[in-house]
Amino acid sequence: MHNVGIITRRELASYFATPLAYVFILIFLVLANAFTFYLGGFYERGQADLAPFFTFQPWLYLFLIPALSMKLWAEERKSGSIELLMTQPVKLWDAVLGKFLAAWAFTALALGLTFPLWITVNYLGSPDNGAILAGYLGSLLLAGGFLAIGSCMSALTRNQVVAFILGVAVCFAFLLAGFPLVLDVFRSWAPQVLVDAIASLSFLTHFESISKGVIDVRDLLYFVMLTGFFLLATAVALDLRKDL
Amino acid sequence: MIKTDHLTKHYGQLKAVDDVSFQVGPGEVLGFLGPNGAGKTTTMRMLAGFVAPTSGSASICGHDVATDALAAKTALGYLPEGAPSYGEMTVRRFLEFIADLRGLEGARRTARLDHVIGNLHLAGVLGQTIDTLSKGFRRRVGLAQAIVHDPPVLILDEPTDGLDPNQKHEVRTLINDMAREKIIVISTHILEEVDAVCTRAIIIARGRIVADDTPAGLAARSRYHNAVSMQLAEASQLETARAAVASLPSVAAVEVSEREARVTALPKPGALIFAPVSELAARTGLKLKELHLEAGRLDEVFRTITA
Repeated sequence: MHNVGIITRRELASYFATPLAYVFILIFLVLANAFTFYLGGFYERGQADLAPFFTFQPWLYLFLIPALSMKLWAEERKSGSIELLMTQPVKLWDAVLGKFLAAWAFTALALGLTFPLWITVNYLGSPDNGAILAGYLGSLLLAGGFLAIGSCMSALTRNQVVAFILGVAVCFAFLLAGFPLVLDVFRSWAPQVLVDAIASLSFLTHFESISKGVIDVRDLLYFVMLTGFFLLATAVALDLRKDL
Repeated sequence: MIKTDHLTKHYGQLKAVDDVSFQVGPGEVLGFLGPNGAGKTTTMRMLAGFVAPTSGSASICGHDVATDALAAKTALGYLPEGAPSYGEMTVRRFLEFIADLRGLEGARRTARLDHVIGNLHLAGVLGQTIDTLSKGFRRRVGLAQAIVHDPPVLILDEPTDGLDPNQKHEVRTLINDMAREKIIVISTHILEEVDAVCTRAIIIARGRIVADDTPAGLAARSRYHNAVSMQLAEASQLETARAAVASLPSVAAVEVSEREARVTALPKPGALIFAPVSELAARTGLKLKELHLEAGRLDEVFRTITA
């Protein structure tokens, strides 16, 4: 576990060593606010809550998270630094986890910087702050799931653009798993059990219940397991072929 | 001790490394030679635990690189080909990061960092990001990370590639200084390096070991081994010299370079021809600029056995 911390710190520092961190945070905040106020109709609704903010989170993440995660492993492969990292006395899993945690902590920071919205809504009325906290928790879990998928896609290639496109595609499929767009593909030939199983994998269904303030253990477990699964897949992809 | 046992790596149909077995003991500096694409880097990557062997095994200080990978990696300092690193980090941060991964702590961490920074002359660039460094400095940063934990075994893939002659000399001095207490394997395609630092050389071609010998032993395989080369003061004497040397019974062949006004006599197997040739030169009245005995030409041996 000691090495996880070392790797996480190095990764986090590397975000801020380039303009990446600042550009990401700026775009994230601008888009989050634009979605909330213009598309979400924050004022027009006349309700003191952050529902318009959380509703658009998944769509914001769909493009921004793969942009963040695409470099996790593809860049290491491209620059060759993966050979340096993998020949240190570090367990593969420590490296996978360390890099993921750095990206997740960074997303948490970006998400945390939306706090003026929370202040605004408290200034304008008296919202259910418990529900807002649950919304933030759900959003963080969702970001974790997206990041884990992105990490896995990044481990498959040395090309960051490919990693980005794969990341967006897989995240999109998981986002809409509960909707006809995805389910119709399976309905014609797969048994109902499978269709139901796929539907239950939907990010949106699980995210929406949490963001409404309903914290169900099943929803939490879903995100934890999905994240764990894709991190494990990342490790397997790396182990199969380190010298891609 | 480094040990490989029938080490083999296939990439699809391509046999990158094919049944390679050797051992390297303490005090040895093994030079790994071969044409580009011969399998040097793949072999080193397997030793470093970066690439898994298709079959066969390798161990570092008794730790199998596949089944006891962490212990093997702990005993090893490794410079990957091209000395990759994290370009956005400063030299100091990068070395500290590696020191932390290597588990160095407290006073020892400080002492080891100071040691490698001093030895590789990195003090002037500590605050610079690695991206902004010249090729020579990057290579030295790569060497510094390989030795920061003072490992008993060092594997360096082309440690002097891209360095200028002064820097090459410094790196070779560093390797020679460490050679007494460590096991060192370096890969190179610079043959002068073998003479400068190696106690033993393995030549690899198309994934297989084709020679395993001391540098002197390899040179002795050259047809120039014990040849006598003379440079004439006057090019007009070239033909006289050639004819005279060729008449000696122990001379197998004579080569003439008109550009250098040089005549080289190759001996018959086992024959020593230095004395007869020098006497002959005096007797025939040749005006010599220079006369010397050749040890053998490594580049010629290299070309002969890897072709």
